[in-house]
Amino acid sequence: MRSRVIICEASELITIGLVEIIDGMAQFDVVARLDNPEHLSEKILATDANFVIINPTLLGCFSRDFLSQLGKECPQVTVIALVTTCVDYSMLTPYSGIIEINDTKSKIISKMNEFARGEATKNTDDVELSKRETDVLVAVAKGMMNKEIADQMNISIHTVISHRKNITRKTGIKSVSGLTVYALLNNLIDEKDLI
Amino acid sequence: MPRKKTTFSKDTKFAELLTDDRRLLQLLPRFGIGLGFGDRSVDQVCQLNNVNTELFLMICEIYSDNNFKPGQYELQHIDMSDLLAYLKSSHLYYLDERFPHIEEHLQRIIDACGQKYGPMLRHFYDEYKQEVMRHIKYYEEEVVFPYIEALLSEQRTDSYKIDEFEHNHTNIQDVLDDMMNILLKYLPGDILPKERIEISYDIMELSDDLNRHSIIEERILIPCVESLEVTL
Repeated sequence: MRSRVIICEASELITIGLVEIIDGMAQFDVVARLDNPEHLSEKILATDANFVIINPTLLGCFSRDFLSQLGKECPQVTVIALVTTCVDYSMLTPYSGIIEINDTKSKIISKMNEFARGEATKNTDDVELSKRETDVLVAVAKGMMNKEIADQMNISIHTVISHRKNITRKTGIKSVSGLTVYALLNNLIDEKDLI
Repeated sequence: MPRKKTTFSKDTKFAELLTDDRRLLQLLPRFGIGLGFGDRSVDQVCQLNNVNTELFLMICEIYSDNNFKPGQYELQHIDMSDLLAYLKSSHLYYLDERFPHIEEHLQRIIDACGQKYGPMLRHFYDEYKQEVMRHIKYYEEEVVFPYIEALLSEQRTDSYKIDEFEHNHTNIQDVLDDMMNILLKYLPGDILPKERIEISYDIMELSDDLNRHSIIEERILIPCVESLEVTL
């Protein structure tokens, strides 16, 4: 199925360029362009969009609040940051992906494909942790680093990171110490494992 | 969603600020503004309490307007020593009032958890508290702020530069959010539910407050210090 994309960017020049690239891809349709986020959620609901590509500078200092609100109103939407200026990268953690002003056309295409794949898996799985995710959670709770977990489980670091993202999305818990408490509460590890 | 922009001015009645956004109440003790301000305007109340009106209004905007972006005006007209005094008094408010308040509630929950879950919750909180103390007390108050004060008195030091500033408030907020998830979603339901609901309100407030605090530091304090570094 084709994915519907909304682009929210103040610069017409940038918008036109991005529309050109994304509309050229078979599985994407750009269904709306906005130059400010004021009516974004209404637009998402009206067009049933799956993706929003938005310039974080349009959200001011409170992108975190804005995005968490948006996530509540439109839970199906994946939000991607369109970075056109120097930004503090720690501000971009709430976004599902990043497109940068200097990305080449082929890079943007491959990123969009990756986001589309991510979205496909997002809708199929539920809130339960998978066996693999539980294994990673236990390892994280015991204080292992990503590299150690990858070596022990014979998977790439990239896969460990993607399991960790899913764990955080499903449990709502981000910090290692929080995950440890979660694992203990769910009897996945024993206090003795910790020292 | 973006809120409508509320613009407060010097001539707004002080009491109107507070009816417009009750969260602004928590700012009063940090500025040393006492109650009983009657029908005075914002400017009058600030002057009576020796508070920089411009700074006060700007911080009110940050707390009540989710779309606030500091402009060149703010960055050029902010009195740095007043801003530092405000940040320090916010730190005191967090460390001496908010965290102990949350800890007191949490201790009751920990006691009710018994041997099975109590010690690990305690450990989780203690670790978190150490991190908060390390960042606020031993880093910002002992390294960053003295450095800025030295700059303000036109002393040049090479021991530190503001671009090394640790953006650590996000972590502090993340763990608070985790704490809330644990309290609401994962601890067995029969352990002090009322207490847990109450403490959740406090945690949400604090998390929001810390978010705005870090915006003041990252969007106003740091750019100001950067331009100070250049001019010295």
